[in-house]
Amino acid sequence: MKGFKDLFTALAAVFLGLAAGAILMLAIGSNPLEGFAYLFRGGLMNVERIGNTLATATTLTLTGLAMAFAFRTGLFSIGASGQMLVGGLAATALGLGLHLPKAAMLPLMLLAATAAGAAWGFVPGYLKARFNVHEVVSTIMLNWIAYWTVYYAVPAYFKAEYLETESARIPEYASLKVAWLTRLSQGSFLNLGIFVALACAVLVAIVLNRTTLGFELKAVGFNRHAAEFAGIDVPRKMALSLGISGALAGLAGATFYVGYAVNMQIGVLPSQGMDGVAVALLGANSPLGVVLSALFFGILHSGKGFMNAMTKIPPEIGDTIIAVIIYFAATSVLFTRVWDAITARKRRKA
Amino acid sequence: MDDYIVEMLNITKRFPGILANDDISIQLRKGEILALLGENGAGKSTLMSILFGLYKADSGSIRLKGREVHIPNPNVANELGIGMVHQHFKLVHNFTVTENIVLGLEPRKAGIVVDLKRAAERIARLSETYGLNVDPWARIEDITVGMQQRVEILKMLYRDAEVLIFDEPTAVLTPQEIVDLMAIMRNLLGEGKSIILITHKLKEIKAIADRCTVIRRGKVIGTVQVSETDEARMAEMMVGRAVSFSVEKAPREPGGVVLDIEGLNVLSARKTHAVADLSLQVRYGEILGLAGVDGNGQTELVEALTGLRKAQSGSIRLKGADITNAPVRARIRSGIAHIPEDRQRRGLVLDYSMEDNLVLEIYGLPPYSRRGFLDRKAIRAHADKLMGDFDVRAGEGSLAAARSLSGGNQQKAIVGREIDHDPDLLVAVQPTRGLDVGSIEYIHKRLVEQRDRGKAVLLVSLELDEIMDLSDRIAVISHGSIAGVLDPKSVTESEIGLMMAGSRKGEAQ
Repeated sequence: MKGFKDLFTALAAVFLGLAAGAILMLAIGSNPLEGFAYLFRGGLMNVERIGNTLATATTLTLTGLAMAFAFRTGLFSIGASGQMLVGGLAATALGLGLHLPKAAMLPLMLLAATAAGAAWGFVPGYLKARFNVHEVVSTIMLNWIAYWTVYYAVPAYFKAEYLETESARIPEYASLKVAWLTRLSQGSFLNLGIFVALACAVLVAIVLNRTTLGFELKAVGFNRHAAEFAGIDVPRKMALSLGISGALAGLAGATFYVGYAVNMQIGVLPSQGMDGVAVALLGANSPLGVVLSALFFGILHSGKGFMNAMTKIPPEIGDTIIAVIIYFAATSVLFTRVWDAITARKRRKA
Repeated sequence: MDDYIVEMLNITKRFPGILANDDISIQLRKGEILALLGENGAGKSTLMSILFGLYKADSGSIRLKGREVHIPNPNVANELGIGMVHQHFKLVHNFTVTENIVLGLEPRKAGIVVDLKRAAERIARLSETYGLNVDPWARIEDITVGMQQRVEILKMLYRDAEVLIFDEPTAVLTPQEIVDLMAIMRNLLGEGKSIILITHKLKEIKAIADRCTVIRRGKVIGTVQVSETDEARMAEMMVGRAVSFSVEKAPREPGGVVLDIEGLNVLSARKTHAVADLSLQVRYGEILGLAGVDGNGQTELVEALTGLRKAQSGSIRLKGADITNAPVRARIRSGIAHIPEDRQRRGLVLDYSMEDNLVLEIYGLPPYSRRGFLDRKAIRAHADKLMGDFDVRAGEGSLAAARSLSGGNQQKAIVGREIDHDPDLLVAVQPTRGLDVGSIEYIHKRLVEQRDRGKAVLLVSLELDEIMDLSDRIAVISHGSIAGVLDPKSVTESEIGLMMAGSRKGEAQ
């Protein structure tokens, strides 16, 4: 029942987003059908483009999972961008500093990224638990702390040979890119990160649905007073939830900076962090929903450039479509909530 | 031909999923008290909200003194001379009585200055006429709840209301205040007012009402002359079957001390001394009833007992072990179970299924989970058994969302869950609030069973009847401490009432 409602909501939001895009295309005198054709062909036309779509979706899946996990505990974390940065920085530091066989390098780097992200998530969690600092405020602040940390650390310790504004190139033995995947996807950015993302989706689904921890976290998210009544240590669970959310975002950072990309740029707060909010929202905070909506956003992201190249339609239309979808996904939640509130009130009064 | 002042004829009102009022007709004579009797959710409040202009009826008509009227909002109701005292008062706490009463129609001097003095004089006159004894210049926050209710009554009188609706007016009053209220109601009748009294308390209807219209599931069951009927008959009409009022309870010698509270101090959320130097003992094999007017520290005491609120000082010992600072989970494990005051806020995760709610405190124990993984089969079996044992009815059984159950079934589920923990001490707070007579009977029986099995029950309730019926001993709480411990067999309601109101006697054991 609930699953159908979520699916319907998501499809309606997607449809309305595409319709808005169509109207804008018409307004600038282009043919929407042609525009959409190129948009989707850009994301799916050939093996290489599909590979790139999947590579984009990899990072989005992980940030989406990070957001969904916090949302399920009733926490509105928006710290995935900063957590991606510290995760990426930790992985990059090991990648440039160590030289071991790839089979040893990658697990170590992923572990470091997880730990760094978890620490970055645990800080707002602790502040929330101990001092009741709102997680939105503290995660925003930590995003900027991460931003400036990278700004300082990359030129100071991991400088590229010529450029001050980016880190040195990640060597082959420390990259999530592997020859067989690159070959299979005909030279795309597809990398081992996709398996990490899928494994995490399965893991999150198991934790949320099958374990006592998930039972506790969801209880806190639905009704913290009842959770408290039942003897669940609410502050500690909140800190833990934000820590796990941060770990997922840290992994997203690794898949992006040492998988999709080959180095870290300074002065950029990765947009995938914020996109994670949209992915989680459209995916109704369920792991499967997150994977599907990350795929969809992946198509839009990798298709919009092609659309621009083939037509007069600017790539910003693609962003606009994404924005409208986010808007409707968000307001449809609002709409059902308003509806629930009205029916609940009527039931009480009667 | 009767002289009806208000007639509501063939009123039907439908909400999504329920027919709240199904072709209901009621008629109020001038100068009488008409009681509206029905269980929670029977449709009384909906009907009165229609009369007061808060809802619009789907069909039917309202006649005032024989003339058909249309009441789209409460302002029109006021203009027509219909006033309502709501269950929860609508007063501005840091305003004076006069300021509250004139709010919305302030008398003016020279067009701009509010002339409170003139208003106060009129209020004083009204107060005298009806024997209300209200000081027009007192601040709301300084006067008692009973006095606040009189301010609400004055508000209606000040607006020249002729028809007064009282919605469960005695729920917040002490027994003495109830007696006073009834005297006031008689004065109102004497001055030619007419009253509709919404209530589910039969004793009050018997004491004051002239006629009684009984509503069940949105339909009028009948209207009776109160003087020609008895409480049992009205209860039967309300519930639809014969109801036993008295709780069967064999005498029983209490055992040793389970709970020993000494010198307990607890701060409220607003940092006032809600529980002040309170000492109390509860024994095995007894139901100790804690009586008191709402807001005298019951909530804070229970929260301190169950670990939801920190105690400032003093000690709480359970079976001899100090649990004053123990976490909630440890207290549950050591034998305290808690039926919370607010079932939807504390007692249930409404978005969880019933089976999840029924293991809310014990999901971490085998067989419900092993090594951190839930065992769905065991959880479902537990829910099926409990819901069967405690007669919890839900559309989709153990998979139904807690939200979808009726209040009575939600409460039965909580009672079942807590008793299933086999606690040495069951803290039951308002265990039957808002429930129908059938569920009340059932829950009372379960509480007595618990006592008969040699366990202890601390019953906290605002319903004095419930306390009197069930308790082996009664402790009266007033201003955060125990005003006295009494034997229900040798004490009258008014004695308890006096203590509830703050007069302290020596232990009358």
